[in-house]
Formats: sequence, structure tokens, C-alpha cells
Amino acid sequence: MSVTELSAIQPQKTVDARGTSCPGPILAAKKGIVEVKVGEIMAVLATDSGTKKDLPAWAKKMGHEYLGEMEESGYLKLFVKRMK
Amino acid sequence: MKKTIIVFSGDLDKALAAFIIANGAAAMGDDVTMFFTFWALNILRKPQAPAHKKSFLQGMFGGMMPKGPAKLGISKMNFGGMGAKMMRRVMRQQNVNSLEELIQTAREQGVKMIACTMSMDVLGFKEDELVDGLEYAGVATYLGEADESNVSLFI
Repeated sequence: MSVTELSAIQPQKTVDARGTSCPGPILAAKKGIVEVKVGEIMAVLATDSGTKKDLPAWAKKMGHEYLGEMEESGYLKLFVKRMK
Repeated sequence: MKKTIIVFSGDLDKALAAFIIANGAAAMGDDVTMFFTFWALNILRKPQAPAHKKSFLQGMFGGMMPKGPAKLGISKMNFGGMGAKMMRRVMRQQNVNSLEELIQTAREQGVKMIACTMSMDVLGFKEDELVDGLEYAGVATYLGEADESNVSLFI
């Protein structure tokens, strides 16, 4: 998804993993994804730059859809759609 | 799919690597079994443990080796413990979880931790000298778990 499309998303839940490092953002994603319904979208906020690679890998493994990420001021905002 | 990790080393840096991988795998939905043997048993020691009658050599081992995660050294540049302290400070600055936090998270995520009973006998550790919530077993248990897993690491 493009940044324009991503910025239009209203996630059902946002988990804040800023300040945590590996594997913090993944742990936060694991906890957060069960709090949205199938088909809904979770946003993850992270400062660890590895999250750009790790969150898609996590989503693929867990069977969710990774929608993309955008740079905010000083952190990343990443989007995952719960698929099951 | 299950992951198994043999933790052999009792160094802080290597223990961190083992627990970061264990927590990452558990967060990705995998069952994780960690098998602690030899020096790695020091990671699981209680800082204050009940006294036991031990042989002279086992008493020496027990007295000289680190009691729990807070006392571990690093595998390079430890400088008698100064290196470990500096490493902990840098990691805190970089927001890396401490080993204690990673162990706690691993427990919350249901990571199975097995202590090697043979090593416990050699080093003279009794069950009540190690933290609660462990299983106690030997090589066959590890191999049984490894057969069911697709990744096995020796750290």
C-alpha cells in the first residue's frame, strides 16, 4: 500500500512499542492482534528500525496480512490486518 | 513448529541471545523448549538459596559461580565483572530488555525450561537452589523434543 493509502487507514487498535527493542515490537503485536476482530486492522508504533523487516515476517508466519509502514516523526507506524 | 535451544553457556551475552530467540519464536506462535545444561544452570540459580551439605569441590563450584542472571559475566571483555556492568548500562540506554525481563517474558509466553539433572549433580545444585517452574530431565527428553522441532540451537 502507498503512504497515502496507509495514512487513510483508521486502525481498530494501535499498540505502542516505541522505546522497546527486539523482540519487543513482535511481543506487542502478538498481544495486540487478539484484541481486534478478523478483518480489522492493528497499527504498531515502533522505534526499532528492524521492525520494518520483523513485523512482515511475523505477520506472514502468523497468517495475517501486512499492509505496510510509514515514517512518522521519529518512529514507524506499521499496519497489520488480522486474517484469522 | 517447535524450536529447541540448548543453553550451555553461562555468559550474560549468550544467555541474552538465547532468550531473545526464545521470546521471538514464542511471539511467532511456536512452542519453545530451552534445555539448560552445565554453565547455563547458573542463569537459573536463585540469588539466595537454602544451604545444602555438599562435597568440598561442589561447595567451591557453588560459591564461586554466579548466582542468577544479575551476577553473570560477559564472554568477552568482562574485566572481572566491570564489562558486564557496562554492557548492562549500554543495553538499558538502548532500551534492550534486561535478561531478567526476558526470562520473565519467556515464562509468561509459556516457554518450557528444562534443567539437565546430570549437570545439576556434577555442579552440586539441588532443585530448590534453582528458580521455580522448571522441569528436570536429561538428554533423552531433549532429543525427544528436538525430534518434534525444526530448529535446534546450541548456545
